[in-house]
Amino acid sequence: MHDLIQYIQGYLDSDKTPGGAGNLFWATVYVLLVFVGLSVAVICMNWLERKILAHMQVRLGPMRVGPHGLLQPIADALKLLLKEDIIPAEADKLVFWIAPFIVVLAAFTVFVVVPFGPTHAITDMNIGILFMLGVSSLSVLGIVTAGWASNSHYPLIGALRSSAQMVSYEVAMGLAVVSVILMTSLNDQSTGTLSMIGIVQAQQAQGIWYIFKFFPLGLVGFFIFAIAMVAETNRAPFDLPEAESELTAGFHTEYSGFRWSLFFLAEYSAMIAVSSIAVTLWLGGWLRPFPNLLHGSTWDLVFSLFPGLTFLFLAGITFFNVVRMPKHPLFKIQTMGLAGFGAVLGLIGLALFVPPVRDRVGDIFWFSAKVAAFMYLYIWYRGTFPRYRFDQLMRVGWKVLLPTGLGLLVLTAVMGMRTELWSQLQEVLHR
Amino acid sequence: MNPPVATPFFFYLLSATMIIGGILVITRKNAVHSAMALITALLAQAGIYLMLYAPFVAGVQIILYAGGIMVLFLFVIMLISIERSEKERQFNKQWLVGIVAAAALGGLFISVYTKGKSLFPEGRLFYAESQNTQAIAGLLFDQRIGMYMFAFEIASLLLLVAIIGAVVMAKKRI
Amino acid sequence: MDAMLHITTLHYLVLGAALFLLGVIGVLTRRNVVIVLMSIELILNAVNLNLVAFSRYWQGLHGPMALHGQVFAIFVITDAAAEAAVGLGILIAFFRNKETVNVDEVNLLKW
Repeated sequence: MHDLIQYIQGYLDSDKTPGGAGNLFWATVYVLLVFVGLSVAVICMNWLERKILAHMQVRLGPMRVGPHGLLQPIADALKLLLKEDIIPAEADKLVFWIAPFIVVLAAFTVFVVVPFGPTHAITDMNIGILFMLGVSSLSVLGIVTAGWASNSHYPLIGALRSSAQMVSYEVAMGLAVVSVILMTSLNDQSTGTLSMIGIVQAQQAQGIWYIFKFFPLGLVGFFIFAIAMVAETNRAPFDLPEAESELTAGFHTEYSGFRWSLFFLAEYSAMIAVSSIAVTLWLGGWLRPFPNLLHGSTWDLVFSLFPGLTFLFLAGITFFNVVRMPKHPLFKIQTMGLAGFGAVLGLIGLALFVPPVRDRVGDIFWFSAKVAAFMYLYIWYRGTFPRYRFDQLMRVGWKVLLPTGLGLLVLTAVMGMRTELWSQLQEVLHR
Repeated sequence: MNPPVATPFFFYLLSATMIIGGILVITRKNAVHSAMALITALLAQAGIYLMLYAPFVAGVQIILYAGGIMVLFLFVIMLISIERSEKERQFNKQWLVGIVAAAALGGLFISVYTKGKSLFPEGRLFYAESQNTQAIAGLLFDQRIGMYMFAFEIASLLLLVAIIGAVVMAKKRI
Repeated sequence: MDAMLHITTLHYLVLGAALFLLGVIGVLTRRNVVIVLMSIELILNAVNLNLVAFSRYWQGLHGPMALHGQVFAIFVITDAAAEAAVGLGILIAFFRNKETVNVDEVNLLKW
């Protein structure tokens, strides 16, 4: 037992990711952790989306299934698993069966390179960001085949529109990403990097999050990516391909039960994946806020208390709601359940105050907090903006975001090379 | 430098996937099934590129080939109503001549590879791929060692011409 | 058996040759234009595999920056994209004219 702890501690002190160290066992452990974490995150997102949308629309959302609807996602999952599996009559069975798996595969494989910390990624590929953009573009294939295999016109139109939209906004995303990669090359060797961990370390070395670099160029790049990523994942306000009033749920019309839940899982995973790209590239990944302005060991200590304080705050909100629960005897089980949930959150919060855990969890916490902020933004957009019509959507993608991205690329390059360009200009003028 | 993990297993797995994918591409009568088999073969090819310590080419293969060209193929297959062609004859009249020609080519390959087997020893050193993108960028753009800049510019011109050509070809009225 | 277990450059070349043969058979024997175009993509992939395998061999001989084969492979992929786009454009134009996707019915110039 002592050897096991020694082995785990010896591993945790290493400075390489499992892929970099060639360690198959730990890579598998990380893969399972990411898989479980992602599934939990999707379940939480489901509940949060319904509750937050409801509160934005001045109603309450699910309240019955568990205390404050906390067990609603589990009930939804059970319902979807037990539903009848309907395949349309003339559908191509093999392709109909494969299509959800392609989308889920593309959405989950992306997480191989997502960096939760300087060594907390499954592996750190040399082509990290290229891999993420490429594999997330494979989900277009799944959508196109899903629409075609359903052998019905609503899914076909929905699939073609959805894939046209995704392909258009991938171009804008790529341009915004390239402008960030240019910014990583502003170091001594003039060598940039495509690896996700390298990009965050470049931000750490240059002492600035790339959203603030060359102000306002980093901000414009961030906005381009933020708009393009919402369109890439087919979320509001770009969700015409799956809007119920226009296309009766678009490409997943004919999918029911478990297959539909695979599409849904893939959509939320893709949302989390592109949010992690945005967080890594512009918002400094796992770096805590204000590393240069508020530096020193006391500020480090203050910021390292944030994970525990966040969970204690959530536990406090839960206990406040426990007190507000109706005092009717029929609500006793729900009240006890909510109190138990609050106790679990409080215990996690207290566990995060323990110094060894506190030091290691900081990176993961800041990364997850920033991604959670993006998830809230996604839900906020859904509750606020009206839907784009398809031609307006394509117009924004090609005629607004693409030229802006190109101009941003040129300006970033000029700003990055300004000293060399200025000296060459002087040389030409004074010859 | 760590030696790679289980290379023969992955090589044979990926090459079997590619060959089976290739056979399925040329034998299926449903064009969408062929396209999906080709996507599998292309993704296995990206895996083989990773085994050859070429991660950038693998990334480009996934983005361009599997995520771009095959989407284009699937769009075109869906836009032209290809169901009627599933009931027609699939192999043309000169299939025997084609197979004989391919067999002759195969014989040529076998003779070249058996006689020249000693010319290709394995790559002796394991250069880590952590600088692969930087090395390719050096060959393309660097002032001292870059020699492919002209080809790069010509490739961009080629893509422009191809875009204009494809748009003009597929328009209803020019 | 040991020759099969130790993967050398020759293994990759043989794999490339096998794919090339499959592509050539596809081009020569199929009637459906889309499948012929996909077989051409198989041929281009086999060529790319050869190029990258040789680049690895050359890198072993000439140092870590000698990745000429990989740069060439990237250009071949770019070319394949351009050619697939134009080929499919021609296919659409022809399909609109003659309503068929079989190569041996494209015989308007036959005497």
